[in-house]
Amino acid sequence: MFSKVWGIGLLGVEGCLVCVEADVQDGLPGFAMVGALAPEVREAQDRVRTSLKNAGFHFPPKRVTVNLSPADVHKSGTGFDLPIAAAVLGAHGMFDWEELENAVMIGELGLDGRIKPVRGILPMVLEAKRCGKGRCYLPEENVREGRIVPDMEIIGVRDVRQLSELLQRQNRGAKDDCKGNRNGGECRKDGSIPDAFGPPFPLPETYDVDYREVQGQALMKRATEVAVAGRHNLLYIGPAGTGKTMIAQRIPTIMPSCTLEEQLEITKVYSICGLLPRENPFMSRRPFRSPHHSVTAQALTGGGKNPVPGEMSLASGGVLFLDELPEFSKYAIEMLRQPLESHKVVLSRVSGRYEFPADFMLVAAANPCPCGHYPDRNRCRCSDAQIRQYLGKISKPILDRIDICTEASPVAFGELRSQKREESSETIRSRVERVREVQKIRFSGRKIRFNSQMNGEDIRSYCRLDEKEEGFFREFYQKNGLSARAYGKILKVARTIADLDGAEQISHSHLCEAIGYRSLEEKYWKTADLSGQGRCQV
Amino acid sequence: MNEKEYLYWLCRTPSFGAVTIHKLYERYGSFTAIYNIEGTALAAEHMVSREAAEEFDGWKPQLGRMKDEYDSLSERGIRFVSILDEEYPGRLTHIYGNPVGIYVKGRLPEEEMPTVAVIGARNCSSYGFQVARALGASLSREGIQIVSGMARGVDGAGHEGALMAEGSTFAVLGSGVDVCYPRDHFEMYMQIPRQGGVLSEFAPGTRALARNFPMRNRIISGLSDLIVVVEAREKSGSLITAELALEQGKDVYAVPGMVTADLSKGCNQLIRQGAGIVTGPDDILEYFQIKREKKLKLREKNVRGLAKKEKKVYSCLNLQPKFIDQVAEDSGLPLTECMTILLELELAGYVLQPASHYYVTKL
Repeated sequence: MFSKVWGIGLLGVEGCLVCVEADVQDGLPGFAMVGALAPEVREAQDRVRTSLKNAGFHFPPKRVTVNLSPADVHKSGTGFDLPIAAAVLGAHGMFDWEELENAVMIGELGLDGRIKPVRGILPMVLEAKRCGKGRCYLPEENVREGRIVPDMEIIGVRDVRQLSELLQRQNRGAKDDCKGNRNGGECRKDGSIPDAFGPPFPLPETYDVDYREVQGQALMKRATEVAVAGRHNLLYIGPAGTGKTMIAQRIPTIMPSCTLEEQLEITKVYSICGLLPRENPFMSRRPFRSPHHSVTAQALTGGGKNPVPGEMSLASGGVLFLDELPEFSKYAIEMLRQPLESHKVVLSRVSGRYEFPADFMLVAAANPCPCGHYPDRNRCRCSDAQIRQYLGKISKPILDRIDICTEASPVAFGELRSQKREESSETIRSRVERVREVQKIRFSGRKIRFNSQMNGEDIRSYCRLDEKEEGFFREFYQKNGLSARAYGKILKVARTIADLDGAEQISHSHLCEAIGYRSLEEKYWKTADLSGQGRCQV
Repeated sequence: MNEKEYLYWLCRTPSFGAVTIHKLYERYGSFTAIYNIEGTALAAEHMVSREAAEEFDGWKPQLGRMKDEYDSLSERGIRFVSILDEEYPGRLTHIYGNPVGIYVKGRLPEEEMPTVAVIGARNCSSYGFQVARALGASLSREGIQIVSGMARGVDGAGHEGALMAEGSTFAVLGSGVDVCYPRDHFEMYMQIPRQGGVLSEFAPGTRALARNFPMRNRIISGLSDLIVVVEAREKSGSLITAELALEQGKDVYAVPGMVTADLSKGCNQLIRQGAGIVTGPDDILEYFQIKREKKLKLREKNVRGLAKKEKKVYSCLNLQPKFIDQVAEDSGLPLTECMTILLELELAGYVLQPASHYYVTKL
């Protein structure tokens, strides 16, 4: 006899509907599985057989064949155990499988018949919905995550025994029992769904940190605001313990609030990585990822034979913070280059091409020198060459993509104790959102979204300077030997500052401020010249 | 082969220092004679150790090569000035262990001109840097020659000041005269021979080895009439140079600093021990009895031409680097406005930014 049940596999961040067919025939008893299966899927036959037996099902010795189609798509993950078990039950005539045409099953089996949670529920359920399915059978622990998807009936199952009873009951009274079970709510009366659902989705976006808690460091905060407003990548340079990490951690709180689509995108990635919190499997906030500097290139981009997203994708929609930038391996850092331009990571494998989102804001922090105390010459004895070498370790192509660079100074005791009310994240965010709105209008109908993405042509048309400023900037440019790249960066940042000011025209003060944030190589790597421009030590 | 070529050969003998060579010259009277003596004879007379004597013998076949090298020096723009030459600086003949010959690019210091060594820490503060530069400039403007080591920090600033004022300045290197160390000072290295000279007792091609520097310090102090220590930590190389100068009978002056600054501890200690104090170029000029109509002073710029807000920001600054947050706090102006004003002051030459976003007033 034949039966057919729908399951779902994962390809990168997307789900992929898989038809699980089972057939029971006379012949040499055995259990065969076909359909381009990864080892963990192939192992399902032993789990399914044993768990069905332990759940009290006894089958006549016959030949069972299971096919997962489309047969040319590589299938991996442990979520196929449940549909395989259901298909086998159906093929033995335990229930009418045609009732399940509209349903999808996901779950892993234990040998005792229990159904265990799996990763990636959200993208899989989203895919089910996209394919027009109306009902999902999920492991109980995953029900809450599945319920994020609106208009989908989610049924949680504990073990195979319960599943079979449920399916039989649905067969008997399909029409009256489960009708109107949208979101699976009513199924509770047959004990298939746990009571605690928690608050409904989407959850409000709240953070447990706020800029109010940061005393002092006005320059860093201002630079951060400008960076977030124009979505410029940012580099902090300063001694240890000056609040670089503290300020970076609070960046998500001033980014424009998350839309539901963004929240779903973020949650999808976390779901695939199995990083969603158990009780509240939903990412309502923008992520802040801070990988340790020993991180490998693969951990940043994502990887593996069946690729899983890396830190860049986990930071998508939020902030990727690289503390101690010079300490990161050069190879790992170089991996950032392409995603910083294209906002996605593409991994090619024999089994296919995988695309992960990587739409993050890069924030990096570095000590000014190996000991970390420069420019306090009473404590720092690093030589000039050492300082230059230390910061020189930072990859140039990455620096090219960082528009704003700012310094942190040690915090005085008085500042720590000061009762001055600092601005809250809410206030800063409202300014940022206004500037983002301006950019949306400016670049409507264009591929780019932010000031930081402007090319040379855009800079010419949007960053016009009046005659006086032009002259001032030309003089500065020549006197300081700026590069053409620095020129573009300064103008882009000046544009954002003018936007923050609500100004149409870039004025003198906007330009001066932008010059102050000009990037590292222009400030630290000026060689000494006889005219005595700057480069001596504090 | 003349006497000077033999001298050159002897100078290049490994493990033969200036003191040994002087001793041999005194004993045997001429360099040709020294060449003709067996190493074993030298060892027997306890002039040199047995190992050195062996090396001495081993070096003799190199005579031809040394002569070629000596002849090729002029092609490379290097002169070799030895104690046999008229030109040899008279000031050096008075010091113990004076080099038998020195390599020169450019010219040697004038005998009758007053000469001052400006020395100090490599990792100096912007205060030290600025004071050294200002001293270098104003002293050389009065015809004083500035000698230093072309090192990073104070040394370089001294040279820089003299070069800016178009005075004459001399750099004594711890490497060969054809090696620029530190590399950052390449421009300075190229400019100094035009306004003075680059000197070294080490053969061309010698790398900047750590052990060479204390040796060259004795030449810096030896060449000058007076040394000024601008900034020095306790137990620093500059204090050793100061001590050498005292042994050579030169006067030592020091620039005072804040009592809390590590970088001025050495200077303040020198002053406590009786060194002269430098409160401005005039103190040095007085030493040389150079009279000037107008008093020379190290002071900050005149602020009369500045706008009100600029004056306000400027008045918050001093020679101690101040972070921009602090400037904004002290001046009571908004941060962004401060950034604008500071940039303008910087471009107008009123302030300096020694490290980014740290500001000091410019001397």
